[in-house]
Amino acid sequence: MLPSYELVYETYGTLNADKSNAILICHALSGHHHVAGYYADDLKNIGWWNNMVGPGKPIDTDRFFVIGLNNLGGCHGSTGPSSLNPETGQPYGASFPVITVEDWVASQARLADRLGIHQFAAVIGGSLGGMQALQWSLSYPDRVRHVFAIAAAPRLTAQNIAFNDVARNAILTDPDFHGGNYYQHNVVPTRGLRLARMLGHITYLSDNAMADKFGRDLHTGQLNYGYEIEFAIESYLRYQGDKFASYFDANTYLLMTKALDYFDPAQDSGGDLNPVFARAKASFLVISFSTDWRFSPQRSREIVRPLLHNRRTVSYAEITSTHGHDSFLMQDPYYLDVMRTYLDKVARECGQ
Amino acid sequence: MIKNDTARFAVARPDFAAIAAWIPNGATVLDLGCGDGSLLRYLKETRAVRGYGVEISDLNVLSCIANGVNVIQNDLESGLADFESNSFDYVMLSQTLQATRHTEPLIQEMLRVGREGIVSFPNFGYWKNRVNVLLGNMPVSRELPYQWYDTPNVHLCTLNDFEEFCRDHHVAVLERRVMTGEHEVKVLPNLLGSTAVYRFQRGI
Repeated sequence: MLPSYELVYETYGTLNADKSNAILICHALSGHHHVAGYYADDLKNIGWWNNMVGPGKPIDTDRFFVIGLNNLGGCHGSTGPSSLNPETGQPYGASFPVITVEDWVASQARLADRLGIHQFAAVIGGSLGGMQALQWSLSYPDRVRHVFAIAAAPRLTAQNIAFNDVARNAILTDPDFHGGNYYQHNVVPTRGLRLARMLGHITYLSDNAMADKFGRDLHTGQLNYGYEIEFAIESYLRYQGDKFASYFDANTYLLMTKALDYFDPAQDSGGDLNPVFARAKASFLVISFSTDWRFSPQRSREIVRPLLHNRRTVSYAEITSTHGHDSFLMQDPYYLDVMRTYLDKVARECGQ
Repeated sequence: MIKNDTARFAVARPDFAAIAAWIPNGATVLDLGCGDGSLLRYLKETRAVRGYGVEISDLNVLSCIANGVNVIQNDLESGLADFESNSFDYVMLSQTLQATRHTEPLIQEMLRVGREGIVSFPNFGYWKNRVNVLLGNMPVSRELPYQWYDTPNVHLCTLNDFEEFCRDHHVAVLERRVMTGEHEVKVLPNLLGSTAVYRFQRGI
């Protein structure tokens, strides 16, 4: 149990008089509260979903009041494993509790209470964020009108849990991990974190996207017959791993991947999602991407089926895209059109 | 942005009006190959149906969303696995039958998912089509607006063909409406009707 916690959030646009135009953006594994735009004193720090959120963009901040937050357990300002435990004066580290998607949604609802928002026009998320959006419809059926589950799944498959476990093992077996209390040793399990990210990154891209971008291109133009970087893809992955390890907290990575693994709304109904979604009242937009093999279209259709069973309002779009799981962050024109067209109706419903 | 006020045009498609006449208020309907969603929107507005469409084209999915109808993007040819047995009152296939490759299994799927099926299709036996073929050319008309080389229609049939198919595949025709333009055709329908709409269920 945490005695207290802080959530860092950003808002964009204006909340209308009847507070009906609020949209919550739920982030995925490595996301945070800085969803769109940039800061006056940091022009290069552009929000992670800037192509989707902003004035005149599909999630139009001229019409909606958009909230981005850093989830509990995160490492971008909200209370997380690297925060100081007020009782000990030391970072929480290994003592930080395990967090579930339900916990996140409950904390997001408390943030909504604080902002005076009883009901969101929409809760929108991709990947792990899509799971939170789904959970909103189950935890608070009356507090969300539209749920966007993008590149998501109702639960992880064994293969997906396996990828997460390998990533966690990379961190857990790093000698600098110190059982999660590395802060006191003034070290960071960088090797584990970068391996975890390198593995994750491979699964976020598609075979074709990698082939198109890197092929068998050589990093230095020639083969050296050694174990240093030779292929361009190796250089790219190591760069991505190093970049990630330089700012992301290893304990947060463990916590986030565990939240993914645990998420299973049908856990208490023998795996049957039909009775689970009977309590959902929202309208749903489910979007998948053809080359996403981490959260494949098949997984998204597993979300659609119980919604059809319960005769919920639901539309499903399958986007033909080359970018694998990362497609949900990309600018495929059809994807943006689906979002724009649907959100235009959402905006008109709340008089915007 | 797709802006489409297509429900107005629903009445302009005579098969839409015929289909709507068969659908009672509040029915649950699944529209296969629902296009821009105008039939579903028309049924929603005039019959308060609870409806879903299945559509493969990106552009049509966008139009459905703009029309405010539920649309599931999927290829009909891969079956209706997302839909449970006996989960709809009506499963409709409007002007799409002739463009399906696996026509027979699709009709069986319609009757697995729906209590009743409704199909509309252009009658290849319509006299103008016969005259065209007799004169040596494939017919091109309002109902068959394609050239032989770009047509999606791979399974064109006549009324006789369809009814024989139903007899051979344990499909019981409940009602039939044959039209040319907006006019109903009662005499020599397989010769004088350009479009047919059938309502059917599982036969014995």
